[in-house]
Amino acid sequence: MQAFIDQLIKDGAFAGVPKEVVYAIAMVVVALVVLSAFVAPLAGVTSWLERRVWARMQSRVGPNRVGPQGILQWLADGIKNLLKEDLIPSASDAKLFSLAPYIVFMGFLCTFVVIPFGANLIVADLNIGILYILAVTSLVVVGILMAGWASNNKWSLLGGMRSAAQIVSYEIPAGLSILTIIFLAGTMSMQGIIKAQGWAPWDWFLFDNPFTFAAFFLYFTAALAEGNRTPFDIPEAESELVAGYVTEYSGMRFLFFFFAEWGNLYVIGAVATTLFLGGWQVPPLPIFDNSPVLLGIAQFVTFFLKAYAWVFIAMWVRATLPRVRVDQLMGLCWKYMVPLSFVCLLGTIGFMFMPADGRRIFGIITFGFALATMINFFRRVVFQIRAAKPELYFKPQI
Amino acid sequence: MNETAQEQGGFYTEDMTISVGPQHPSTHGVLRFVVKTDGEVISEAIPDVGYLHRSIEKIGEKVTYHGYVPYTDRADYLAAMFANQAFCMAAEKLAGTEVTRRGEFCRVIACELNRIASHLISVGTFGQDIGAMTPFVHALRERETINNLMEEICGARLTYNYIRIGGVGYDILPETCAKITDFIDHFEPIVSEFNRLLSGNKIFIERLAGVAVVSKEDALSYNLVGPNLRGSGIKWDIRRDIPYSVYPELDFDVPIGTAHVGALGDSFDRYWVRIREMQESVNILRQCLKMMPKGPAISKVPRKFRPPVGECYARVEAPRGDMGFYVVSDGSEYPYRVRIRTGSYTAMSIIDKLSKGIMLADLIALIGSLDVDAPEIDR
Repeated sequence: MQAFIDQLIKDGAFAGVPKEVVYAIAMVVVALVVLSAFVAPLAGVTSWLERRVWARMQSRVGPNRVGPQGILQWLADGIKNLLKEDLIPSASDAKLFSLAPYIVFMGFLCTFVVIPFGANLIVADLNIGILYILAVTSLVVVGILMAGWASNNKWSLLGGMRSAAQIVSYEIPAGLSILTIIFLAGTMSMQGIIKAQGWAPWDWFLFDNPFTFAAFFLYFTAALAEGNRTPFDIPEAESELVAGYVTEYSGMRFLFFFFAEWGNLYVIGAVATTLFLGGWQVPPLPIFDNSPVLLGIAQFVTFFLKAYAWVFIAMWVRATLPRVRVDQLMGLCWKYMVPLSFVCLLGTIGFMFMPADGRRIFGIITFGFALATMINFFRRVVFQIRAAKPELYFKPQI
Repeated sequence: MNETAQEQGGFYTEDMTISVGPQHPSTHGVLRFVVKTDGEVISEAIPDVGYLHRSIEKIGEKVTYHGYVPYTDRADYLAAMFANQAFCMAAEKLAGTEVTRRGEFCRVIACELNRIASHLISVGTFGQDIGAMTPFVHALRERETINNLMEEICGARLTYNYIRIGGVGYDILPETCAKITDFIDHFEPIVSEFNRLLSGNKIFIERLAGVAVVSKEDALSYNLVGPNLRGSGIKWDIRRDIPYSVYPELDFDVPIGTAHVGALGDSFDRYWVRIREMQESVNILRQCLKMMPKGPAISKVPRKFRPPVGECYARVEAPRGDMGFYVVSDGSEYPYRVRIRTGSYTAMSIIDKLSKGIMLADLIALIGSLDVDAPEIDR
């Protein structure tokens, strides 16, 4: 890449521009292209996956026409939306209205800079990584509020206001849960947090002690609320606010909001994986010794699967739960989640005084407890599926 | 006070007027509410009806008695069978026509299937209003089976035109009866699955318990009917209290609101009454399939149907409550006047009273729990 740009400079393509500026611009362009090339399919495939998973849970078929199993549906939708007329309502604040989707999109795109897909697969391992994620995801609320206000539509305004209140409130429990991990790891760097954990489940921060175990679920709930996901999707509550802050949007601008939503879903999973689930850590198998490429692929796949497990759970939750009311949402945050996350924080600090061996034993006990809970849960799921006579409707390969 | 604050350049607030509908996702058709809100809290919600007026009553004066039956389907297209039956009962009363016994059983079977279908739509869309998408699809899946059965019974899936003056259009064949039995065997566990998925859900209960409580007095003075009335704890069912058809011979319970999770007459009670009514309908269906005698499905009715001069009112217990047809005859082939009384219309009138001080999301829950159905309001 650098040789190519050197060649261009030598040929005089950028005559009169200082070399450093050309390099800087080239870096930004390359980073954007790489990120978009990765992020756009990611959000797209997530949207397809959500529709398929949802359809299966609702005994429907879901998109299955474009490509094998409909996996290219997102591409068709994207092209359709690109070709649509770009409508800006005459009564709206045109500049803010057009700007808002990009701000929301930026807020989510920037998080990908510090997401560690592998030991070496990270755009920039900032030493304030997790803080950076908290900071840039706050941009989303600005964009949503902007969209709600600029649309000059009462539904949009209500949606924007709801969203602002919700995201600002839920940042506190999310931030506090993240703080417990920062204390444990002693660093805010994403790679540092992962390196402080091990590949084995009982070395994960999730099972470090009961308080981090609780903090994980607090974080996941708060992150769902921040990402406007069911049961906290009140800003775009379809049955109440028509479409909330996206009511007046159409075409590609509309798509950008949903790009951000589906991409955010992956970010939620990725951050949870990094903080609590050991990130890309893989067992030190002998086959990895001489082949860094294989190791890199294994790490990437591990990270991806862990993150997607949580994406799947978010979809599952969305298909199952109704939506909470706006006052219940606030009550849940301030009455329960904020105090609980403080308890988790203090409890974790208490546990940090325990000697390392004792913590390891606690980790294994917590892991055993979690495993038992999960086995019981899956037994329940199987029981319910049997009770529901799924053979009448359940055909996974349609 | 606001004006003074405004004059002094200080902080002031004003109510926001929002038009909910006529094209709003949760008004189920074309309803409109003019809502004044202070933020999320509603200070008044005035219903605006008339968007779906099709002058079904006036059409009744222009077509013959036989010819009017298909029009009654459209009064409430989610429960077309009941409007069929109410009108036919009115016409039969006027002319003194006998209905064959098998015809009566066919009517009850078709009606109860239709009641289940209508309640499924009601509870399903109600779940969707609260934000639960999956129960809606599951409910529609079951309704689809009923539609298939209906298609076998009378050839139509939505607007049946099945019940005719003097009986029913087509007899229910034994193989269809077997299919109905299969369906209800399969449907009973589905109801409990539905309850596990939606009715028992903590968020769902929290959203509905104690929301938009209709007291007994209010329910009576606003003339609520059907599940809305029973949700407030009043045991009144036309099938039991003003019996018609073969209902007196059948053994069924009338479910009423029990303040299961919140206050008596709240949104959850109305919802829960519908769920239990579906189970009662299954009971009724089982009994009917067992008791159904052999014989003709329709009695001899003259093609030129001219009832003697007179007037009469016939009412049935439709899924949305007491549905009545008032028919005046002047001795000719055409009714002199037809008037339809429907449950949704009266249910609309109480929304204004209940909506004061509740939140916007609760208004949606309230509309859903009253199960108002746009075509039935305006006719």
